[in-house]
Amino acid sequence: MRLKLVPSETDWNFFRFWKVTFGASVLAMILSVILFFVMGLNFGIDFRGGTTIRTHAEQSVDVGAYRDALQPLNLGDISITEVFDPTKPDQNVTQIRIEAQDGDESVTAETISRIEEALTALDPSITFPSVESVGPKVSGELVQSAVLAVLLAIGAVLFYIWLRFEWQFSVGAVAALVHDVTLTIGIFSLLQIKFDLAIIAALLTIVGYSLNDTVVVFDRMRENLRKYKKRSLREVLNLSVNETLSRTVMTSVTTLIALISLFVLGGDVIRGFVFAMIWGVIVGTYSSVFVATAILLYLGVKRDWSKPDNTAGNQFADIDA
Amino acid sequence: MHFSLFRRVLIVAICLVGLVFALPNVFYDRVERHNDAVKSIEAGLPVTPEMTADRALWPDWMPATLVNLGLDLRGGAHLLGEVRVDDVYAARMDAIWPEVRDALRDVRSEVGTVRRQETEGDTLRVRISKPEAIQTAVAAVRKLAQPVTSLTGVGETDLEVTARNGEIIVALSEAERAATDDRTLQQSLEIIRRRVDEVGTREPTIQRQGADRILIQVPGIGSAEELKAIIGTTAQLTFHPVVGRTQDPEANPGGRNLLLPSLDEQGVYYILESTPVVTGEELTDAQPAFDQNGRPAVNFRFNPTGARKFGDYTAANIGSPFAIVLDNEVISAPVIQSHIPGGSGIITGSFSVEESTHLAVLLRAGALPAKIDFLEERTIGPELGQDSIDAGAMASLVAFVLVLVFMALSYGLFGIFANIALMLNIGLIFGLLSVIGATLTLPGIAGIVLTIGMAVDANVLIFERIREELKTARGPSRAIELGYERALSAILDANITTFITAVILFAMGSGPVRGFAVTLGIGIITSVFTAIYVTRLLVVLWFERRRPKTIEV
Repeated sequence: MRLKLVPSETDWNFFRFWKVTFGASVLAMILSVILFFVMGLNFGIDFRGGTTIRTHAEQSVDVGAYRDALQPLNLGDISITEVFDPTKPDQNVTQIRIEAQDGDESVTAETISRIEEALTALDPSITFPSVESVGPKVSGELVQSAVLAVLLAIGAVLFYIWLRFEWQFSVGAVAALVHDVTLTIGIFSLLQIKFDLAIIAALLTIVGYSLNDTVVVFDRMRENLRKYKKRSLREVLNLSVNETLSRTVMTSVTTLIALISLFVLGGDVIRGFVFAMIWGVIVGTYSSVFVATAILLYLGVKRDWSKPDNTAGNQFADIDA
Repeated sequence: MHFSLFRRVLIVAICLVGLVFALPNVFYDRVERHNDAVKSIEAGLPVTPEMTADRALWPDWMPATLVNLGLDLRGGAHLLGEVRVDDVYAARMDAIWPEVRDALRDVRSEVGTVRRQETEGDTLRVRISKPEAIQTAVAAVRKLAQPVTSLTGVGETDLEVTARNGEIIVALSEAERAATDDRTLQQSLEIIRRRVDEVGTREPTIQRQGADRILIQVPGIGSAEELKAIIGTTAQLTFHPVVGRTQDPEANPGGRNLLLPSLDEQGVYYILESTPVVTGEELTDAQPAFDQNGRPAVNFRFNPTGARKFGDYTAANIGSPFAIVLDNEVISAPVIQSHIPGGSGIITGSFSVEESTHLAVLLRAGALPAKIDFLEERTIGPELGQDSIDAGAMASLVAFVLVLVFMALSYGLFGIFANIALMLNIGLIFGLLSVIGATLTLPGIAGIVLTIGMAVDANVLIFERIREELKTARGPSRAIELGYERALSAILDANITTFITAVILFAMGSGPVRGFAVTLGIGIITSVFTAIYVTRLLVVLWFERRRPKTIEV
C-alpha cells in the first residue's frame, strides 16, 4: 500500500477561477509593495551599516535594564531584542543593534568595549558570542550587489527559458518569479523579520525553486501541446497541471519536511533565512500553477512548431491541425 | 533495459571515490590532528611523541582533506579593510624631494636657490629664486622620471613634472599611481599574511578584494580587535633626527618638523625632523633581546641601503640625539655615541618581555605601507559556532530521516532505491566539498538540507513518469525505460535553471552566502548524478535478478 498525497488520476479544473486566483495574486503583490513602502524592511547591518552584538547571560534577561545601562553611552538609536528559541527556552540571549556611527569605518574598538563594560557591570555573567560591525560604505555596496544578483538571476533565467521554450513561457516563468520575490519582501515587511545578506541568498533560492517547479510543469505542457493538437490550449494546460500534480506535491512536501526540521532545530541564527525559504516554496509552488500557467493561458502559445506563427495571442485559433 | 558493463563499473567507481574522499569528515577531529602533525613534521619541527601519536590517528595513504569550516561554524574573526593607497603618494613625494633638490643643485647657476613649499596631499611643489629659468628646472627634474614597470603603463614615466606660477609641480603619473596602488596592496597582503602566520593560527584567509580592499578571516582567534592588534593598523617604524624636547603638547614644531609624544615618559614631547633618516621598510631582521642592564629590548638589522644611510647619519651626528619612532610615538631617543657602520642596533625602552617580543614580530613583518580602514568586522565565538554545527547536524539528520521514511512510504521499493541514492548523494557532496577545498558555512548546511529535500525531485519525476507509462506501455521493462527517458528533459531544465541561480549567487555573494551557493551547486550536480544513474543502476540490477512480470511504483 502506498502513501498517496494526490489520487493517481485527477481531473481538477485549475483554471475555472483563474481570473480570481490571478487577481488575488496581483492583489497580494500590490499589498506587498504597499507594505514595503509603508512599513519598510527591517534591514540588518549588512544593508544599512551598524553593529550587532549578541549577548548570552546566565540569568534571565531584562531588556529594559540593558537599555538603561547603554543609554548613557550616547550611541544613537539602540535596539535590543531578546532572542526567543522555543527549543532552548532558557538560553537568555539578546541581540543588540547599534546604528552606524559617523564615517566609513565600522564601529571603533572603544565603542564596543564601552558597551561590553556597561553590560558586564550590570550582569557579570554576560558573554558576547558574536560581535559584527559593518561600515556604511560596505553596506551600500552590499545593497547594490544584492539587487544586481537578483536581477541578474531573473534575467539569466528569462533567457534560458526563452531558449528552451517559447517566449510566452519565459514571460510566464518570470512573472511567477517576480510574484514570489515580491510576496517574500511583502511578508518580511509585514512581520519585520531581519532582512540581511542571507535573505538575499534565500530569495535567489526561491527563484531557483520556483523555477524548478515552473519548468517541470512547462515541460509537460510542451509535450502535451504536441501530443494533443486538437484540444484547446486551456484543456491541455489543465491536463498538464493535473498530470504533474502528484510530482509537484511530492517535491514540495519533501522540501518542506527538510526545511521545517531546519526551522525548528537549526537554531535562531538561520531561522529567518529558513523562514524565507519555506515561504518561498509555498508561494513558488502556487505561482507555477496559478501565475505562470495563467499568463501562458492569457498570452496563448503557438501550437504547431512546423508552421509559421500566425496565431499568437489567440487561444482558439488552432483548430486546423 | 540495456546498461553496459562499462557504465556500471564507472558509476560504482565514481561513488566509491566520492565516499573515500568524504570519509575523513566523519572522523573530523582525528584527521585534523593527523594533518596538523604531518604539517609540523614536514615543516621540520622536532618530532614529539604526541605528534607521532597524532599522525598515527589516520593512515597516511588515505585521503585526508577535510571540508573547511567557515567562521560562523568554527568561530573566529573576519575583517574587511580598505588600504589608504593615497598615503603612499605623499610618502613617495617626501622620498623624492632629496633627489629633486640634488638635481636642481646641479643647475643652481641657472635656477637659483630652491625651496620646497608646504603642500597638502600628494604633490611636491618647489619654488626657485629665478622663475625665468623654470623650463631648465623642469627639464632637470624630468630627468629623474623613470619608466613605469607595469603592463598597462608601458611607455609612460612615473613622474609628471609641470611648471605653474613660477613653481615646479611634481606628481605621480596616472600609470604610476595604478602601479603603486598595486604594489601597496601586494605589500600589505604580504605583511598581513606574515603577521598572521607569526601568531600561528590555522588556515587564515587573506585575500585581495577589488582594487584596494583586503579580506582577512582567521578562525579560532578571540576577536576582531585582537586580529586588528596583530595586523597593527599603523605599525610604522622610522628613525628621525631630534630637533628638541618639550613639555608643551601645543608647542609649534615649526615647518617640516613633527611633534610626537614619548611612549614611556608622561608629558614629554619630542620635536623631530619629519623626513626620516631610515624607515622600517629597510629593516631585515628584529629579535627580542636584553640590553646591558638586563632589560628587555629589541635587536634590529638594516639591509645594505638602510645600513649605509644609518652609518652615514651616525657618523655625521655623533653626540646628537636620535629618535626611534613607532606608530607616531617616540620609543626612545638615545644619543648617538659613535659611528654605527654595520647597520645593526638595539631599541631599548621600558618594555616587558612580551612587549619586546611583540615589537620584534611587528618589526620583522615590516611596516604596513599605508593605513588600513576597517569597513567590516565580525567576531564569532567558538561556542556559538559549535551550537550552530550541533543544531545544523541535528536538523539535517531529522530532515534526512523524515525524507527517507516519506519516500519509502510513497514509492515502496523504488523509494528505497531513491533513498540509497540520497545517502550516496550526501556522501558525494562532502567528498566533492573536500576535494575542491570548499568552505562549509551555516547557510551552506541549509543548502545541504535544501538539497536533501530537492534531490529526491528528480527521482519523483522519474517514478511518477514510470507510473504513467505503466498505464500505457508494454510491460514494466519498457515503462521503466520510458520513464527515465521522458523525465530527463524536465530534470535537466529544472536543474540547469537552479544551477544558474547558484552560479550567480556564487559570483555576486560573499562569505556565508557563497558557502550556500557552493553546497547548492554541488548538490545539484551530485543529485542529478545519483538520481539518474545510481537509481537506474539499482533498478536494472534488481530487475535482472527478479524479472518481475508486474511492478508497482
